[in-house]
Amino acid sequence: MEAVRFDNVKYSYREEDESFAVNGVTLSIEEGEFVAVLGRNGSGKSTLAKLINVLLTPTEGSVQVFGMDTREEKLTFDIRKNTGMVFQNPDNQTVASVVEDDVAFGPENLGVPREEIGRRIDFALDAVGMQSFRAATPSRLSGGQKQRIAIAGVLAILPKIMILDESTAMLDPQGRREVMEVIRRLNKEQGMTVILITHFMDEALQADRAVVMHRGEVVMDGKPEEIFARSEELETYNLTLPRAAYICKKLRAAGMPVGEAFTAEELAEEICRSLQRA
Amino acid sequence: MLNDVTFGQYYPVRSFVHNMDPRAKIVFVIAYIVAIFLADNFFGLAAVTLFLLVAVFLSRVPLGRVLRSVKMILFLVIFTAVLNLFFYTGESAYEPLLQWWIVSVTWESIVNTIFLAVRLFLLVLGTSLLTLTTTPVSLTDGIESLLKPLTFIKVPVHELALIMSIALRFIPILIDETNRIISAQKARGADFDTGGLIKRAKAMIPVLIPLLVSAFRRAEELGDAMDARCYRGAKGRTKYKKLTFSWRDLLGLLYFGVLIAGVVLLNVYLGSRFAFLAWIFG
Repeated sequence: MEAVRFDNVKYSYREEDESFAVNGVTLSIEEGEFVAVLGRNGSGKSTLAKLINVLLTPTEGSVQVFGMDTREEKLTFDIRKNTGMVFQNPDNQTVASVVEDDVAFGPENLGVPREEIGRRIDFALDAVGMQSFRAATPSRLSGGQKQRIAIAGVLAILPKIMILDESTAMLDPQGRREVMEVIRRLNKEQGMTVILITHFMDEALQADRAVVMHRGEVVMDGKPEEIFARSEELETYNLTLPRAAYICKKLRAAGMPVGEAFTAEELAEEICRSLQRA
Repeated sequence: MLNDVTFGQYYPVRSFVHNMDPRAKIVFVIAYIVAIFLADNFFGLAAVTLFLLVAVFLSRVPLGRVLRSVKMILFLVIFTAVLNLFFYTGESAYEPLLQWWIVSVTWESIVNTIFLAVRLFLLVLGTSLLTLTTTPVSLTDGIESLLKPLTFIKVPVHELALIMSIALRFIPILIDETNRIISAQKARGADFDTGGLIKRAKAMIPVLIPLLVSAFRRAEELGDAMDARCYRGAKGRTKYKKLTFSWRDLLGLLYFGVLIAGVVLLNVYLGSRFAFLAWIFG
């Protein structure tokens, strides 16, 4: 089933001028897909995310979530119930001073009965591996832990789509790994549709599909490996290759016959192979 | 610079008093204040003190920790004591001890001064026992629950309580941020430690403005995050944490009922705060 559909969507933050943050995007995301949205700062990728969640409504064109049009006000609540969104700064999305109270915030808003909220907190904290921090204070946790709590807070709403708007940008490598691990598990085990907005190319490799945005438009769309194979084109959008692929490219330029590699393991294998041949 | 700011003064132990319903505790503090103001002689205040000491004992908060809260109002107490001592205008049955211009000291003014000072001290000690044994969060929950009837006259009780708890939650974050900005400005050569009061106040402007700007940015992001988590006000909302009265609260109710009744009886049988002067001077 189609989870999200953009039909020639344009969005402008200021009505008077013609500078569109999102400029004529047509895009379809299937249920269960793991899509990475890549782009430089100001490429419109965050705006794209907010359009799905009705935090913004399109200036032109239409956005549909499970067939529900975001411009219809009475559907806003139903759309948000189905689309969880995790933001960049974990500090700015935590409402309560105790972890379980914060996770409870979403279900409370939905009017879920008390016992059911308890079960949902268990489920959500289990899913992000933070069960033992139930009574902790968010401000004392590490960045990665805080962001996992934020994800749990969204999971407790039981959404079908999870949007992560640069949710790993403020984390250290350890925290980033923790969060990516949680996201990948949600996608594989629960079939959650994941839309990951990021400017870390290595994260995009874990997705099924990568969408590159540039100046409000979708300029590339395909499997991450295919996208990264077109490195010259990527450079014109000011994007770099994942680290392993970058090293690969440089080695080839220096005359070492290595094949394509995107992860450290693949790279090591390729280098070994080419050394054996020599 | 701001590291030692701990918000509230919650003393984290488990005790009889800590486990009481926050609503009950708020009501008890009000009852306690009523008792203090009903008491019109030193025996009444002694009874209040005794009841307070028992409560402190049950709370397992060290007495010294409770007494420390008095420091905050020491100046206020001294100020009112001086005014009371010299400018007491009540009737006096005895020769004034000192009289000069509009200033006079009488036996009554001395008694009254001591009486009011004790009253103020008891007031602060009792209320700080509340904040020592109740987390700011459950205090907010308690206030929200107690004020619930006001929703009928369109007071946005839920919203006010949410604002309060979010404010509490952001205090440590904003303190961190302030420290960061202070360090950043110091690194750029700002000087916060020398000069007079006005110069130092001015030096804080480059700290306050970025802090304010960032607070607004945070507020906007928090608003989005709350929207994304389906927040739409109190309408149709359930609550996960439920406050429940227990046997502790019932005992507390009895306890403070006895206190108020006792204070009233002491007033009736032992007279006003000045009565004992008559015994001394015949």
